[in-house]
This record gives sequence, C-alpha cells and structure tokens, in this order.
Amino acid sequence: MKNSDILTCFQCGACTGSCPSGRYTSLNVRRIIKDSIKKDISDQMDLWMCTTCYNCQERCPRGIKVTDAILSLRAEAVKKGHILQAHRSVCKFLLETGHAVPIDDIHIKIREKIGLSEPETVRKYPKALNDVKTLLESTGFNELIK
Amino acid sequence: MKELSLYLGCLIPNRYPGIEKATKLVLERLGIKWSELKEASCCPAPGVFRSFDQTTWLTLASRNIVLGEEKNTDILTICNGCFSTLKDANNILKNDISIRAQVNDHLKKIDIKYQGTIEIRHIIEFLDKEIGTKKINQLIERPLELRVAVHYGCHLLKPTKERKLGGAEYPVFFDRLVEATGAISVPYEGKNSCCGAGGGVRSAMLETSLKMTEYKLQRMKKAGVDCIVEACPFCHLQYDSGQVELAKAGKVFEIPVIHYSQLLGMALGYSFEEVGLHLNATRNLEFESKVARIQKRDASIK
Repeated sequence: MKNSDILTCFQCGACTGSCPSGRYTSLNVRRIIKDSIKKDISDQMDLWMCTTCYNCQERCPRGIKVTDAILSLRAEAVKKGHILQAHRSVCKFLLETGHAVPIDDIHIKIREKIGLSEPETVRKYPKALNDVKTLLESTGFNELIK
Repeated sequence: MKELSLYLGCLIPNRYPGIEKATKLVLERLGIKWSELKEASCCPAPGVFRSFDQTTWLTLASRNIVLGEEKNTDILTICNGCFSTLKDANNILKNDISIRAQVNDHLKKIDIKYQGTIEIRHIIEFLDKEIGTKKINQLIERPLELRVAVHYGCHLLKPTKERKLGGAEYPVFFDRLVEATGAISVPYEGKNSCCGAGGGVRSAMLETSLKMTEYKLQRMKKAGVDCIVEACPFCHLQYDSGQVELAKAGKVFEIPVIHYSQLLGMALGYSFEEVGLHLNATRNLEFESKVARIQKRDASIK
C-alpha cells in the first residue's frame, strides 16, 4: 500500500481496542495495518466489516488516518474485482436511478398519504438523471463495477 | 450567512418521508429561510462509494454542491452520511487545486463548474450555532418530559479534525438541543458507539451490523430510556428496522426511534402523526399513549 503514513504505526492496538465491529467479528485493525505494509490483502473479507466509525482514527496516538487507510485498501480491492454482491447491487441502483436507495411504490403512496408530493430529487428530472449518468460514465464507475 | 437549500439524500425521501415532513414543518416554525435543493442525487453515500472510487465519489458530490452554488445558498443536510460526504468533498475540493481541476474536467461534460463558494451544514450543528437552545426553548409549546437516549452518530462528529465541532468522546451540543425541548438526555454506557449500519456493513453483513445495534439497545434499555433520538436516517433505519429484525430472534426492545426534527416538531405542537412517527416499523403503544397524554394535557391547559 502506498500510504507512507501507516509506516509510523507502532502496533499499540488502540485501534483494535476502540473498534465496535472488532468486538464481534474477525476485524483486527492493528493487524490490517501491519499486514497491508508487507503484502496484498485485497481479498480479505475483514476490510468490509468496518463501519467507518472513525474511532480508530480519532484515538491513534501516532495520528495515523486509520479509517482513511482502510478506505484506500478497499479501493485497491475493488480495482482487483473484490466486490461483495450486496454492494454491487447498491452501485447498480446508483447507476440506474441516481440513488443508492431508490423510491418504491409503497413509499410513493406513503408520501401521498402524509401530504408530500414526489421528491424534488434527480428522480423527478430526467435531464438531471442523465447528467448523473454522464458523470458516472466519465469517471469510469460503470466499468469499475461491471 | 447564506440562505439554505434543503438536501434530502436517499433514505429520507424514499424510506422515511416523515422525517422530511417534520423537518419542513420545523424550519417554517423557526422562521428559517430555506428552499428545496432540486435535481440532487445520492450524496453519494460515504460507506460504499467513497470506498470504491474516490474520484467518482467526489465528482457526484461536487455536482450536488454546485446545485447549491448556482442558487448561492448553503446546503442543509439532515443525515450524517450526506453531511459527511458533502462536507468532506467540499473541504477536499476547496483545498486541493489539482483534485479540483480533475473533478472539474468531469463536470465540464455536463457544463457546470465547482467554485467552492458555499458551506455544508447539518441540522443539529446549524440549530445549535445559528438558532441556539435559548430561542428554541422559548418556542416550545409542549415540553415532552421524555427520557431520551441521544445518539449522535459517527459522522456528525468524526473525523473531528474535519468536522471541527469539538471532541468526539464527550460531545454536548446535541444533548442540549434535546433538553431544550423539555426532554432529559439520559447518560448510558457506549453512548458514542456506532449503531452498526455504516461502511456498507448493514447492506452486506446484516447479522454483524445487528450485533452492534443490540449492544447499543441493551445499554439504552438498562438506562431506562423512553426513546432514542438521532439525527441521521441511516441510524434511524438501523435502530427502527433493526429492532424488528432482532425481535425475530426473540430479542425484543420496543424502543421508539425519533429523528431530532420529529422530536422538535412534537415539542413545537405537532402531533405524533404530523411528524410521521406512525410510519416507524418499531411501535410502542405505552410510549405513544404517554406522548398523547402529554399533548392532551397541554392542549387542555391552553
């Protein structure tokens, strides 16, 4: 990994001790930081158990941007094709609708019942949705998640 | 200070429209000048999209920010995820000229340009800084006297170097806003711990995310709270739907989940239904009759 910041880690474990996910899962942030310096850990599921709560980053005595490092490691994993099915679905929703969580018929009706019209979001404006799609194509996002 | 454009995001208009309605009622009642941020897309959500590709995340975020720039308004968010994405993206684009140029190259394809002229606000820090608890307290019509578990949510506060809203270990500004409505913010163990939803964990590993939710709910219950008050629809979803999911495994809590806009709305005189709380998945009839009693009593005094 190209993040020189993490080379200053002295393996104290404050990150792991602060991790709400690590309490229940195999996620061990201290080990991720250590391993990522020496080898490719793109295929490790643990990377995706982080809720990005930033406790580790806040408490790191070396001031390492630990959560940001995990995000970079995830980006490397995604480039190598390690994408969980559920995340791929969320990405497809964004590509098709401009929303990670698109509206459905039930919620259109609920909105009507409480006196709200259609949301003033990209969904209501075809040109705006087209703009979003143009940008996602321009950055290569549709290719990335294929 | 500029006027505000209300940015809805995804979960609020598409899953919890009651929060949208309550927010609009509250903004009107407080006399805040606002309008809708039309044509906005997903922020995009920090968990998955920021992880996947920083350039895509920044480019789509910058489009939403430009919608605010074109109106010369600041953007008001009512979700910690949207706040996190738009505020972080705005900071990066304001300060890093080369990244800004890269993003503007993409934006050129839809004939817009990021300028860096507006600020991103979150309703909690906005109300605390710009309106103040004193004014809010004076406007309260129905002090609710509820025992509240305040849940800040991670991305409202952290990373603290970016948010600049004070420390994350013992924050107080959200608690004082809750108490301004007449409620009591009850201390509980693990108060600043994550709800479990973020980072794409809820979508890909529901059971894992629910373990973190259960940890929180157990401690809230032990503290004897009437309800949870948060300021993020993803935390709202995780606690509200999460309790239904946990109940299927025999873990019953029945703690009502309330976005701050909804709590403030009720304290300003709107009913439980008017602020959309009847749309929650987790219902607690004892709580609802307690709220109805308070509202009826106050109505009869008037």
